[in-house]
Amino acid sequence: MGFLNDMLVAPFLDIASEPIFFIEVVVGGLSAGVMYSLVALGFVLIFKASGVFNFAQGVLALFAALTLVGIMEWGVPIPIALMMTAGVMVALAFAIERLVLRPLVNQEHIILFMSTIGLAFFLEGLGDTLWGSNVKRLDIGIPDSPFEVGGVLMNEFELVAAATAASLVAVLAVFFHYTRIGRALRAVADDHQAALSVGIPLKTIWIIVWSVAGIVALVAGIMWGSKSGVQFSLSLIALKALPVLILGGFTSVPGAIVGGLIIGVGEKIAEIYWGPALGGAIEGWFAYMLALVFLVFRPQGLFGERIIERV
Amino acid sequence: MTTAPAAVAATAVGAPAEAPKSIGDTILEVENITLSFGGVTALVEVSFEIREHEILAIIGPNGAGKSSMLNVINGFYHPQQGQITYKGKTRSRMRPHDAAAQGIARTFQNIALFRGMSTLDNIMTGRLLKMKRNLLWQALYVGPAKREELEHRAFAERIIDFLEIQAIRKTPVGRLPYGLQKRVELGRALAAEPDLLLLDEPMAGMNVEEKEDMCRFVLDVNDEFGTTIALIEHDMGVVMDISDRVIVLDYGRKIADGPPDVVRADQIVIDAYLGVPHEE
Repeated sequence: MGFLNDMLVAPFLDIASEPIFFIEVVVGGLSAGVMYSLVALGFVLIFKASGVFNFAQGVLALFAALTLVGIMEWGVPIPIALMMTAGVMVALAFAIERLVLRPLVNQEHIILFMSTIGLAFFLEGLGDTLWGSNVKRLDIGIPDSPFEVGGVLMNEFELVAAATAASLVAVLAVFFHYTRIGRALRAVADDHQAALSVGIPLKTIWIIVWSVAGIVALVAGIMWGSKSGVQFSLSLIALKALPVLILGGFTSVPGAIVGGLIIGVGEKIAEIYWGPALGGAIEGWFAYMLALVFLVFRPQGLFGERIIERV
Repeated sequence: MTTAPAAVAATAVGAPAEAPKSIGDTILEVENITLSFGGVTALVEVSFEIREHEILAIIGPNGAGKSSMLNVINGFYHPQQGQITYKGKTRSRMRPHDAAAQGIARTFQNIALFRGMSTLDNIMTGRLLKMKRNLLWQALYVGPAKREELEHRAFAERIIDFLEIQAIRKTPVGRLPYGLQKRVELGRALAAEPDLLLLDEPMAGMNVEEKEDMCRFVLDVNDEFGTTIALIEHDMGVVMDISDRVIVLDYGRKIADGPPDVVRADQIVIDAYLGVPHEE
């Protein structure tokens, strides 16, 4: 009975008794969720254009942040360093198209997926070799002071992160959903050969998509790097993006955002209110548990395309 | 670009073609094409030409190199030898993007549709190259870009009417039966308003009724759009009925080239299909 009470009654009494604290928890969860969403966005882009889960996306964010810090250490002013890093990410997209994707045209998705695992190891090693493996501080002047709204404590950094994610999504959603590019992307993801036969330039599409994914990775790298330092564990946040994608749907840009927010808020609430009953450390596994539930009941995610198989 | 689709489609929808079909000049010529994969030779010094407005059938036993030939023409395969002259321009090999941009559209033996997309979206991909290239307008989806999208949408709808697939307009093609998928694939190729249409076994695996429909569409496209068609087909009845000229490939070599009745009576062709007794 005690356990049932802790699971079903006590948490709601806690929420009702301290609503301000509950709102703070939710806000904290939302801000964590935004950070997950930023990483998940990069995955969605690549998945839309190739039907492949890009294992290297997390490392891409790490690599971008490392490069930015490295360039800033030379004494380059922040705006120029940002542009140079974006340039490096675009150059990387060209290299990936030429060296990894082009030789694999018309191959199974699983083979492309394997190549992104290779890419992840390569980029991690390259980042290590170029910029060293120390934890680095990244400060590009994002304000980070707390303030209060109606009794709820918030942080300017969280607002900046949310605004960044929102504007990224707005641009990406419009660009990929309402344009010729969007249809071409889906075509490329479905069938390389057929896409070529209707004259879709595979090369150009891939370079565009990987460049955009690189720049999204840069944004994610900046936000994560500013928050918790640029370090190699950054590449592991890719793992948290996986449940986000399962929730939101692999092909949906808005889905990546909503999925990130649900997981961010869900794991914070679960940790604080249900943690005592379940022995704590729920934050570590809550996202994966939720993803499992979704896999059983709604495998395409909240916003994903229905999976159709004719038998 | 804006008036041409409307004009072409108008004839497709109903108005009878004004002039009877006249086979014109050579639109595409392949010379001495040799293609091999490692030690396997798929095509050996094959030469032929395709003339404007004709329906050319390419036939031959399995493994004769028919599909390879189409893949060479639209640039999927690059031959080791020989040259291709298309619309007066000679080159040693085509590239898929150029081929599509120059008006060569095709269908595939094993249907290569975008399975997750609806019929309409599949057909719209066929019009990608017809859309203007201003990405900024496209991205904003306002003004000219929106109007353009609507025009192309209207054209796609005419193709859907023409192929009588209105009922499956919004259905994801992965869910359609085989015969309809073949039809959607033809629709996507037609959406590009091709000058040369390559059909790789358009009637394979169809029942008699579906075959009759497909024959009718192929003939109508040829009659009313004036599209040149090169097709691979195994059904001899179909080949004899609809083609103006037949080319026979066997073990990668061209062994016959001529009107259907002449080719049918050709002893070499009969031997290739039925085999010849060994002579001691």
